[in-house]
Amino acid sequence: MKLDEAKNHYLGRHRAFAGSLAPEPAWMAELRDRSIAAFAASGLPHSKLEEWRYTNIAPIARIPFEPATPPIRELGRDDLESHAFPVFACSVFVFVNGRFAPELSAQSPLPGGARVESLADLRAAGGDAPPAFGALADPKPHPFTALNTAFCDDGAVIRLPRGGDAGPPIHLVFVSSPTDVPCVVHPRVLVHAEEGSRACLIQDHVTVGNATGFTNSVTEIHLQADARVDFVLLQREPDHRFHVSNLAGRLERASRLSCHTLTLGGAIVRNDASVLLADEGAECRLDGLFVGSGAQLLDNHTLVDHAVPHCQSDERYKGILGGESRGVFRGRVVVRPDAQKTRATQTNQNLLLGALAEVDTKPQLEIYADDVKCSHGSTIGQLDEDALFFLRSRGIGEASARDLLTRAFGVEILDALPVPALGQALDDLLLARLRDAHGALGEAR
Amino acid sequence: MLELKNVHARAGDAPILKGLDLHVRAGEVHAVMGPNGSGKSTLANVLAGRPSVEVTKGEVLFDGRDLTALAPEERAREGIFLAFQYPVEIPGVANTYFLKAAKNAALAHRGEQELDAMDFLTLMREKMKLVEMDEKLMHRSVNEGFSGGEKKRNEILQMAILEPRLAILDETDSGLDIDALRVVAKGVNSLRSPERAMLVITHYQRLLEYIVPDFVHVLADGRIVRSGGKELALELEEKGYGWIEKFAGAGA
Repeated sequence: MKLDEAKNHYLGRHRAFAGSLAPEPAWMAELRDRSIAAFAASGLPHSKLEEWRYTNIAPIARIPFEPATPPIRELGRDDLESHAFPVFACSVFVFVNGRFAPELSAQSPLPGGARVESLADLRAAGGDAPPAFGALADPKPHPFTALNTAFCDDGAVIRLPRGGDAGPPIHLVFVSSPTDVPCVVHPRVLVHAEEGSRACLIQDHVTVGNATGFTNSVTEIHLQADARVDFVLLQREPDHRFHVSNLAGRLERASRLSCHTLTLGGAIVRNDASVLLADEGAECRLDGLFVGSGAQLLDNHTLVDHAVPHCQSDERYKGILGGESRGVFRGRVVVRPDAQKTRATQTNQNLLLGALAEVDTKPQLEIYADDVKCSHGSTIGQLDEDALFFLRSRGIGEASARDLLTRAFGVEILDALPVPALGQALDDLLLARLRDAHGALGEAR
Repeated sequence: MLELKNVHARAGDAPILKGLDLHVRAGEVHAVMGPNGSGKSTLANVLAGRPSVEVTKGEVLFDGRDLTALAPEERAREGIFLAFQYPVEIPGVANTYFLKAAKNAALAHRGEQELDAMDFLTLMREKMKLVEMDEKLMHRSVNEGFSGGEKKRNEILQMAILEPRLAILDETDSGLDIDALRVVAKGVNSLRSPERAMLVITHYQRLLEYIVPDFVHVLADGRIVRSGGKELALELEEKGYGWIEKFAGAGA
């Protein structure tokens, strides 16, 4: 399908989807209408748009993805075992092809009064809109967010009451599993953290079975004063799937958000992350690690908006690219005229393992205030030949030495994860990905 | 143990070694001295197998085997060790992790039992005393943020742990103050043994006051132009490299 055909395909599917919906609260219906109208106006993004210059989504548009249905084979707990993190205690909430699966989840009451609810349940119950829902991820500038919201069905709504500490990590597992036809899943996550609350969340995208398809997720995080949330977005689907994610955060006074985006799989992956520092004293860390091999295209777009004085943001993204894979980093940091005493840092470092691997990196600092401390930098390099020789001269084989150095390049991001055990658990996964990246290098030679 | 016959080598496109002969037996300590650009580091790199250095002519034999046919890691596992002139910093790779991997690669190669974490730690602590190394450094990344002296001590520590049969010290004295030099030399001397040979490459005679060689060779323009006992180093110190260059020019 061409882009306009794809647009008509999704508009048609939306008519059928909307017609099949049970009555739902006005807030949802209104948001849904607004979103499909935005999508009807924009269609899918083409690469002439500045925001999509480096990422041609034609391969996603080409496939007429159907709205997700339950998988052909019902999943059991065994299917998910290999994706669990037994090394640390956490509560687990599983969504299969977009739908909450309570039978696969581990739902004991969470500490601190924290609640994780199914968006479908909330819609069915007909109560008020969860605070901030649909308010942070604007459908207008982001066609995929418009689609996600228009097709919104189920998702995780996490509410942290005032002063509550949710304790151990909350693991949200979004599983894709084969259906009769390729389908698109629209996972939705909302985190609403009231004053002084705390939580650690892991949004995890995995696949069980060889499911061709498209995951299009939207995450909204609203931190009220003094709240603190550590958030991990882990993307470990297989290399033939498509993945688009949009994470939007809003930070009120003296709240702190750390986001860790780890992209380890997918044919085309586009991650948007935007954070608004809305009140004084807010602090945000954006970390990212993307590891590509084969013909993968991994695109990270970030925006940090310093709207008020005395906020701090630190951003560092690292890319490791082997084979013919391509990486994109575009990081905007905007410091508005009133945002004096802003401190902002941004780095993007990239390691190219293959002669045919590529990365486009574009840091963009827009500073309209004068009393600020801001820095940015980006690098693109290859493995250090001197370091490689040094390790080999000590008896470490060439392949191991390459693994060691490549892993060392990314370890800073893993070490900074909010749960140290998660970094260790991901280490094996990362190493496997690195071997792919190096293997592809071998072929390229 | 080590025999170089008429070795020619180039680094990149530049011919550096131009017919070098050297014979080192087990238990001997040989010093190689020479001015800048004479080929000292190239000699070290020829032995360790740096990929950018190529032997174009001649033979490099280790226990009678052609060394140039072996990859750097194979040479290391066979017992060759190069202490780098400029030790490399490797952020993100912990010293202990790296050293244990290196030690176990050598043990596995010899068909010996690999060390577990506890045994390795015991070995490491024992060897650290030799070079008066602070244990804190061991948990940091390899050489990252180390002072010049700490880096050189770390090289000697690696040597002590890997227990090579042929150790090559490439200007290990460069950039060291006298106290650090003493510590490094003490470490090196404690590793002297009848089974182990050492090749001490240096610009200055100073190091040889602490590591006393059995033989001294003078390298100029890619060849050994004079060999002698330890007194040759003193003579060289007194007369300067100009003396040797004249000599080399006359011999050529």
